[in-house]
Order: sequence, then C-alpha cells, then structure tokens
Amino acid sequence: MTQFISNALKLLATEPYRLLVFLVGMLAFVGLNAAYLVWVERKGAARFQRRPGPTEVGYAGLLQPIADAVKLMSKQLIVPAGADTTLFRVAPLLMMSPALMSLAVIPFGPHLAAANINVGLLMIFAFGSINVMAIMLGGWSSRNKYAIISAARVVSQNVAYEIPMLLVVTTMVMISGTMNLNEIVQQQAGAFWNWNVFRVWINPLMPVTFLIFYTCMLAETNRAPFDMAEAESELVAGAYTEYAGMGFGVFFMAEYANILLGCALGTALFLGGWQSPFWILPGVVWFLIKMYFLVFSVVWIRWTFPRTQFYGLLNLSWKILIPVSLFTLILSSAMMKLPAMLKLFHA
Amino acid sequence: MKNSLKEIVTGFNSLITGMRITLGQFFKPIVTVQYPHESLKMPKRFRGHIELVRDPETGKPKCFACKLCERACPSDCITVEGAKLDGAKKKSVTEYMLDFTKCSLCGSCVEACRDGAIRFSREFNLASTSKEEFVMDLFKRLEDEAKENPEPEAVQPAAQSPAPPSEAAKAEPAKPAPPSQTSK
Repeated sequence: MTQFISNALKLLATEPYRLLVFLVGMLAFVGLNAAYLVWVERKGAARFQRRPGPTEVGYAGLLQPIADAVKLMSKQLIVPAGADTTLFRVAPLLMMSPALMSLAVIPFGPHLAAANINVGLLMIFAFGSINVMAIMLGGWSSRNKYAIISAARVVSQNVAYEIPMLLVVTTMVMISGTMNLNEIVQQQAGAFWNWNVFRVWINPLMPVTFLIFYTCMLAETNRAPFDMAEAESELVAGAYTEYAGMGFGVFFMAEYANILLGCALGTALFLGGWQSPFWILPGVVWFLIKMYFLVFSVVWIRWTFPRTQFYGLLNLSWKILIPVSLFTLILSSAMMKLPAMLKLFHA
Repeated sequence: MKNSLKEIVTGFNSLITGMRITLGQFFKPIVTVQYPHESLKMPKRFRGHIELVRDPETGKPKCFACKLCERACPSDCITVEGAKLDGAKKKSVTEYMLDFTKCSLCGSCVEACRDGAIRFSREFNLASTSKEEFVMDLFKRLEDEAKENPEPEAVQPAAQSPAPPSEAAKAEPAKPAPPSQTSK
C-alpha cells in the first residue's frame, strides 16, 4: 500500500501529471477564494460600517457563499432576445480563464509554481488584457444600453490604466533583469528592506511605484473607487446587467479571481513574495499573508472612497500616473547606468 | 507645476486620512441591533399599551377596581371587574380587559388612576394576523408576569421620570411577546 502511494506520488511529480495536479489545485484555490472573498468583502464592508454582516447561514455566515452559489446555479440562463448568443455565452468564460491561466506562473513558494517559465510576467499581462475584451464583449453582445455604456467605459478605463501599469512593470523588469517571477522574488531575499517596495537605493521613488501599481491594479480589476464598469447607481449592473444565474456568477468569480491575481502579482513584484521577513514560518504562509493583506486593503479602499467621476479617473491616469511612472522608469534606468557613466567620465 | 504637485500631496494626505478613519471604525464594536434576535429597550416614557402595576409588598395588582379608568376612557376600551375577597378591606381586580384596537394611547386612564395602579408598558413588539388578539386580558398578563418574575420591580410612575438617553440605546435580548400570549 505505502509502495503504491509513494509510486503514485512519484508519478504525480513527473511533468505532465505535476502540471495537472497544479492546475486542479489552482482551480480549487481560485474557486474557494472567489467564493470566500465575497464573504470577506461582505464581512469587511459590514465591519467598516459597524454592522455584523452575514450571520445567519452557518457560523458567522460562513456558509453564505455556498448558499449563494446554489441559488445562482439553480437559476435559468436567460439570453435576451436580439443578443449575440455565442458572444454572450462566451464572455464570462473569457473573463474567468485568463485569470486562472495567469495564476499558473505565480510563485506561491520557492518550489510551488505550476509553471516556472522565463516570461511569466509577460504571460500575465498578455492574458490580463483579455479580461477587458471579455467585459466589452459581454456588454456589447447583451444588447442593452447600460451594458454598452459600461463596455465603452471599461475599454477606455483599461486602456488608460494599462499604460502606467506596464511602465511600472517595465521598471521592475529593468531592475531585476528578468521576467521570471520566481527569480524576481529570489532577488528580494534577506530582510524586509530588500523587498522591492523599500529598495530606495535602487530608485528613490520605489514606494510611489508600488502605489501606482496598486492603483492600476484596482482600476484594471474594476474595483471601487474605479468601478465604472459596474456602477450600480448609474448603470444597473453595467456590463453584467443582462446576465442571470451562473453567467453572472462566473463574471463575479472572475472579478475576484482577478483581484487575487493582481494582489499575488503585487506581492511577488514588490512585497518580496515568499520571502519571510522574520525567518519563521514557511514561504507559502508569508506569501498568503502578504497577498491577503493586499486583498484586505482592496476591500478597505472600496468601503472608504466614493466612486470617482469618469473624467477624474482618466485625468488621474493620463495626467498623473503616466507621467510619474515614465519618470520613475527614466530615473531608475539612469540610476542603474550611473556607475558605468561615472567610470566613463573618469577614464 | 508647483500647484499640481501640492494638489497631489494634499490629495494623497486626504486619502490616507480617510483610510485611517475607516480602519478606526473597523475595530470599534458593532452598533446595529439584530432585531429578531435582540431588540432595543424602550425608554421609560415610551407609551405602549397600558398594564397593571403590581404592589411591591404583596405582589398582587394594586388596582382595586374603582373603574375610574373605565370611565375616563374616551373610546370605551377598558372593562374592569372586581370582587371583594374574604377578609380583605378593599375590592381587588378580577378582570381587566383592554381592547387595544380602539385605544388611541391618549393616557386618560393613567391620568385618572389615583393609585398609580396602571401605567404604560414598554411593549412594542405587537403584531398579529387577527383582530381578536388585540383584546388583551391585562389581569392574566400580570399573573403570567408574576409567575415568570416573582420580584415585582419598583413602581415608577412612568409619566414622571424621563429616561436617561443612554438607557434607550442599550440593547437587551428580545423577549418576543406576541399578543396571543397575553390575550385569551
């Protein structure tokens, strides 16, 4: 029996099976998180407003996500008359799958990543852009005025925020010299002042860079105060207005999966990933602690700030975030080349 | 340039201030009352339907069926019957019916009562599907109350002692008292 188990484990460690195990694990991780982040969000919102939040279903409302899922699954999937049926059905999947795929390259621990590939960061951003298209298709194909307005907003918002995001990430790639997320994390070894947020000797604007990344992450995942896509008070439910049952459920889960991905990426890029600040507890735990801290601050921000106006949103990106992120890019490249330039002058 | 930099700094400061305030609220206790599980204690001057007052010494109702309240009631919703028990000097109440469907909570009965034998209750959880439920037997209600809580609380003339505001905000476990329990 033990022989069989060890053989099975060995088999699972070999390449195609290892990936399969990881992907199944990732599906479970994302599914659980998407469901329970809703609970965290509702509890957090309640506590910020000094209410108890969900309490009725299970202890402290812990079974609420399951009740919600059962409710959503039991509902009919209605395709509105005149809607583009294929695109309408495809859109939720198109939003969910990139988030799932991108999580494959996130290093949860020193050896805990589904695919340790050299272009991990590039892959995440390549897939990340699909998510915009998914909301746009969902909004456009549902033949609803609110959904179309929301789709237009999402596109302009995401285009505006993709630029500073990519500039910031380019800065990070330049500093670390690799697109492999695991290597980026390894470079942040040592105490917490070696994390990229605090490495001001590389670039004095490093904390600002992190803030820009975080703001762009909020905007890319359409979270408050940038939730233009799903502005309840103006656009019913935005691009999701016509979605019923699990169609809406998948969109909703994908939104949380994207938040999770954004926070995981922020952790790996800036907060030292699985590097432990106190040399206790395994790396995975530290990764999760940092990631969930970022997730909590996403909730915190949502229940603190009101929704921005649309021109305010675009002004913030084009007038502040893009110039500042360009400046950090130039500054960090100049600071990297400074020693070589000084040598040149002396010679 | 200088102005816009200043705007960024002050704007960022105000964002941080806002987040500090919400985080402060996050760790403070909950203020909402979870209604079906708990309900607010009404202030002392709350005008619920009337109830009989127990004598703190004997534990019996103070009322001796003088019927002043019955006469004072403008809408005829009180019916009092009393009888002289063996060896007692005064009559004592044997039946006290309140038809709450007609009562306008004017308080004439409480005012008319010379002995402070009736007062406003603090009951507000009154809901029923039938009209008959609101014809309440206050005498029976008092006896039920005496069974549950043999120590009668000190008689407080409800209309004269304003409740401190803090008491009104305190939540206590709700005692669902549907009218079906108090009426026959």
